[in-house]
Amino acid sequence: MSTPRTIVETEGLGRDFKVRDGVRRRTVVAVVDLSLRITAGESVGYIGANGAGKSTTIKMLTGILVPTRGTVSTCGLRPVPDRKRLAREVGVVFGQRTQLWWDLPVRESLRILAAIHSLGSVAERERTDELVERLELADFLATPVRQLSLGQRMRAEVAAALLHSPRLVILDEPTIGLDVLSKQRLREFLVAERRLHGTTLLLTTHDMGDVERLCDRILLVDRGSLVFDGTLAGLSRTVGAERVLVVDLAEPTADLAGVPDARHLGSEGGGLRQRLAFDPEVTTAARVLGALAGRAEVVDLAVEEPDVEDVVRRVYAARR
Amino acid sequence: MADLRARTAPYRAVLASRVRAQRSYRANFLLDLTSSLLVGLVELAEVWVVFRSVHSLGGLDLAAVVLVFGVADLAFSLADLGFGHCDTLPTYLRAGTLDVFYLRPQPLLLQLVTSDISLRRLARAAVGIAALVAGLALNDVPWGARAVGLLALALVSGVATFAAMFVWAGGAQFFLVDGAEATNAFVYGGRYSATQPASVWTRPLVVVFGFVFPMAFTAYLPVVTLLGLPGPAWMPAWLGWCAPLAALWAWALALVTWRAGVRHYQGGGG
Repeated sequence: MSTPRTIVETEGLGRDFKVRDGVRRRTVVAVVDLSLRITAGESVGYIGANGAGKSTTIKMLTGILVPTRGTVSTCGLRPVPDRKRLAREVGVVFGQRTQLWWDLPVRESLRILAAIHSLGSVAERERTDELVERLELADFLATPVRQLSLGQRMRAEVAAALLHSPRLVILDEPTIGLDVLSKQRLREFLVAERRLHGTTLLLTTHDMGDVERLCDRILLVDRGSLVFDGTLAGLSRTVGAERVLVVDLAEPTADLAGVPDARHLGSEGGGLRQRLAFDPEVTTAARVLGALAGRAEVVDLAVEEPDVEDVVRRVYAARR
Repeated sequence: MADLRARTAPYRAVLASRVRAQRSYRANFLLDLTSSLLVGLVELAEVWVVFRSVHSLGGLDLAAVVLVFGVADLAFSLADLGFGHCDTLPTYLRAGTLDVFYLRPQPLLLQLVTSDISLRRLARAAVGIAALVAGLALNDVPWGARAVGLLALALVSGVATFAAMFVWAGGAQFFLVDGAEATNAFVYGGRYSATQPASVWTRPLVVVFGFVFPMAFTAYLPVVTLLGLPGPAWMPAWLGWCAPLAALWAWALALVTWRAGVRHYQGGGG
């Protein structure tokens, strides 16, 4: 391995929108000043609340929108002027819009896309077979897209976006609305795709399972600015993400306040179930549990991992 | 040649699939064909109804007007067949289909144009052909190379001019919210005025459909030149030969509008 290659680089990237507000026009700043660098082969979660500027950034990376300021380079190309060349290097999966032809069978859509990307017949066959097998499309290849279930359709969408073997795959809310099993399958596929082909993944998501299972790096945006760049564990540490110990007690008990290094969050069922927050950097679940020993009989327990949505909320709260 | 085949393969693949899809919903397609045919016939009947009460309209008799109608309607339906879906751009904008076009290695406008084809317009074109044939038979056409050349020139330019109108309408949609209503006034209004003798137009119509959107050049002026009829004072009869110039002008207008629209959409100034 030589020096890692940069696949996405932005410097002071920003985008404003002029919106009409009655008769007045005002400027909405969607992306303020974004500088980031993604290396080939990375898997990056791009997260933030709705309206934080995620979609706008993706559109600037892929040449759909012209930046208002700053520079952007994707796969070594300038997205807007080099859009057609860039299209051969990038695959985009939109969770909520389709690139398939609704009235055509999946197989037919893939054939057309192969023609659109000028794949040779050998490359087309090999890649189609690979995707059909790994995404388990065989059962519904002959089914018109409009008759597919959401899970099936998303798998077909992913196959469509990855048919031309792009180096960079951008996924905008890829698992939205999917059931647990479909999400799992899709994540496994993406992990394998990355391992097999060294594909770079950049995904926006509200689903924290996606971040936890797919991304080794997180970019968190708030109001158009990057506010965190690092790992999920690092993010949790930054905001002091607490874990929550949930205990079910043998009998109704008064609130378990005053446990060392733990904070009582709440009680249910008249004190039958209680929730205690603790910081894993300071103490452990076992020590908190030990401290309860003399005060109540614990029948069952669970430790809740920090929910990233919650982490995001906390980062936002800390900044305001 | 092989290069051309390779270059057009993406577009041909999409178009072929559209044709197959329309043919596979047979009942639907037949209904579409029938309704399209009926609309065409009703519009032709309108010409005939007008001539029940007058003998001449703007210096043209019924036979000449049928010929104008035939040329204009045939050109319009062929343009509509290939380009008619361009003004459905708002649907594409809302569904995000346009963003999908950006992710494919072809020019946007070419993708939009070749994204669909409306075979049902063939029924409409049949009405146009019927009117054209009737018009040619009813009139005293001075047949010869000149007449054939003029007719061919008029038809090709007419198709191009109407196609440009659709592209113009598509480009204008970027600026307008639910703009299809506004552009329809010009596209379908233009088609309607193209089937009428331009000599009866009021002054604003002359400005809009004579020059800005050169509708008079698609049928009326070539027919006047073909039949050697006296043209209106403001348009010399030889203008009929200028249909290709009108088509070029219409395309220039269309492409400038489209370009401005795309820039507006991407937000790159303009």
